[in-house]
Amino acid sequence: MMKVLVCISQVPDTTSKVRFKEGNTQFDTADIQYVMGPYDELALTRILEVRDAGTPMEITVVNVGDASTENTIRKAVAVGANHAVRIDAKPTDAFYVASQLAAFAKGQGFDLIVTGKEASDYNGNQVGEMLAELLDIPSISNASHIEVKGGKVVVEREMGGGKETVIAPTPFMVAGQKGFAIEPRIPAMRGIMQARKTPIKVVPAVPAEHLLTVESYELPPAKSGCKFVPKDQVDELVRLLHEEAKVL
Amino acid sequence: MSVFVFAEHKGGSFKKSTFEVVSYAKKIADMAGVELVAGVIGKVSDAEMAQLAQYGANRAMRDQQPDLETFRTRTYADALTQMAENVAANVIVFSDNFMGRGIAPRMSVKLKAALATSVVDVPKSVSPMTVKRKSFSGKAFSIVKANTPVSILSLVPNAFGVVEKPAAGFATTDFASKLRASDLAVQVEAAETVAGTMPVSEAEILVSAGRGLKSPDNWGMIEEMSQLLGPGCTTCCSRPVSDLGWRPHHEHVGQTGHVVAPNLYFAIGISGAIQHLAGVSGSKVIVAINTDPEAPFFKAADYGIVGDAFEVVPKLNKALKDFMSKQ
Repeated sequence: MMKVLVCISQVPDTTSKVRFKEGNTQFDTADIQYVMGPYDELALTRILEVRDAGTPMEITVVNVGDASTENTIRKAVAVGANHAVRIDAKPTDAFYVASQLAAFAKGQGFDLIVTGKEASDYNGNQVGEMLAELLDIPSISNASHIEVKGGKVVVEREMGGGKETVIAPTPFMVAGQKGFAIEPRIPAMRGIMQARKTPIKVVPAVPAEHLLTVESYELPPAKSGCKFVPKDQVDELVRLLHEEAKVL
Repeated sequence: MSVFVFAEHKGGSFKKSTFEVVSYAKKIADMAGVELVAGVIGKVSDAEMAQLAQYGANRAMRDQQPDLETFRTRTYADALTQMAENVAANVIVFSDNFMGRGIAPRMSVKLKAALATSVVDVPKSVSPMTVKRKSFSGKAFSIVKANTPVSILSLVPNAFGVVEKPAAGFATTDFASKLRASDLAVQVEAAETVAGTMPVSEAEILVSAGRGLKSPDNWGMIEEMSQLLGPGCTTCCSRPVSDLGWRPHHEHVGQTGHVVAPNLYFAIGISGAIQHLAGVSGSKVIVAINTDPEAPFFKAADYGIVGDAFEVVPKLNKALKDFMSKQ
């Protein structure tokens, strides 16, 4: 039985309009719907697919967050995770989050740790590798595919115009990106009932440092307006791109 | 004290994004008044190494041990950490790409150094390190501050540009870092290279198309346009197109695909959903081509043509061909 830990984050829904408050120092959470991080959802989905394809697994899903993340955690159980854990801490910078996860995972003998490449709000792209470093296990991040063969992990990665298939013994950490799984799983009614009954184990936070602090936020500058070129004057577009925008 | 930059190469040749990140690191080294040292892993000739001086590297360290031929995240992080410690680096710089994203977080832990990824600008301050980075998948930026004496930055490709600033007296030192044997169990089983393909995240120009093209069979004119625009250009697509399997997933641009920042982005037959616009908002110039004058993409675009892609793109390709032949 392979012991797998899937780390998930909770993020604003991808259709959210992003606004800030208090002099652009705080993310404005009013009217924001929260969902499981899209990459984490793909990571979880792929692990469930691997299990369904015949690799026996015991899957624990873990999130660092306050009680408001429990619906997201329950969704992970509803689609098929066996155990659910919430580390009771505010997820601030990546090192702090990775330290919480490492303190929980240490000594539990997870063979495989899987997560999404990043949370779609802060886009740090750091937690998976930091966790692997804290646990001192090898890893691949931004992986596009994973399988398990004969107890080993087979991972595909796309790097700069090429693709490699890498095989590695466990313990190992993999952070998945786009393509890791295609469609996230939708929980079935039976899963939802099951998730209601599954207790979420709450683990207290451990002291850890904050290496990076957000000072303020900015929205991208608004575009000054679109210059329309008539469809039969494509030469004019090329001229504008060359002479005015200077990008050709 | 120094600034240390990871100079990535492919098969012994440095990439354009490497010269860009060296240029950027030089800027920081000048701000801090310290030297710039480049770290190189693998087999790179002395002549190629010397190119790094063109962009301001004062010297370089090179580790050519055979065990480093395969990219293993932990091993590379071990080697580069030893180099950075050897030169007492207070700022470490990566390109925000596959390797950088793997190595930098590990070095952050090893060195207790704050890591800012997706950096888009020159630091506002080097000590404490304060810098602007992308967040909310392209919908916003954040200004972040390091709480540590050593910091690590990874720079979004095309955010700074390549700047020549020759440094005199450049020399390469060979360095043999202490590697652990246990990582050798992680092995590459198969590799395929797609020759001449520019990764979407690094391209200077992107030709992107959406469902408006109606069928995967209609991508010929998109590929032709990309070829006309040169080796720094590649094709990409919207989410529905990759979900439908018309194009491969690695071409998907948007909030859950690639978040890109090219100099020029062509959006052809893409209406402009909020998730797609977030993924392209870092582009310097956007051209939208769409039959619908109300398409949201026109609000995000700098130039627009209201018209049918099947009519406009072939004409545009001809105009581009004429233009390129005169350059």
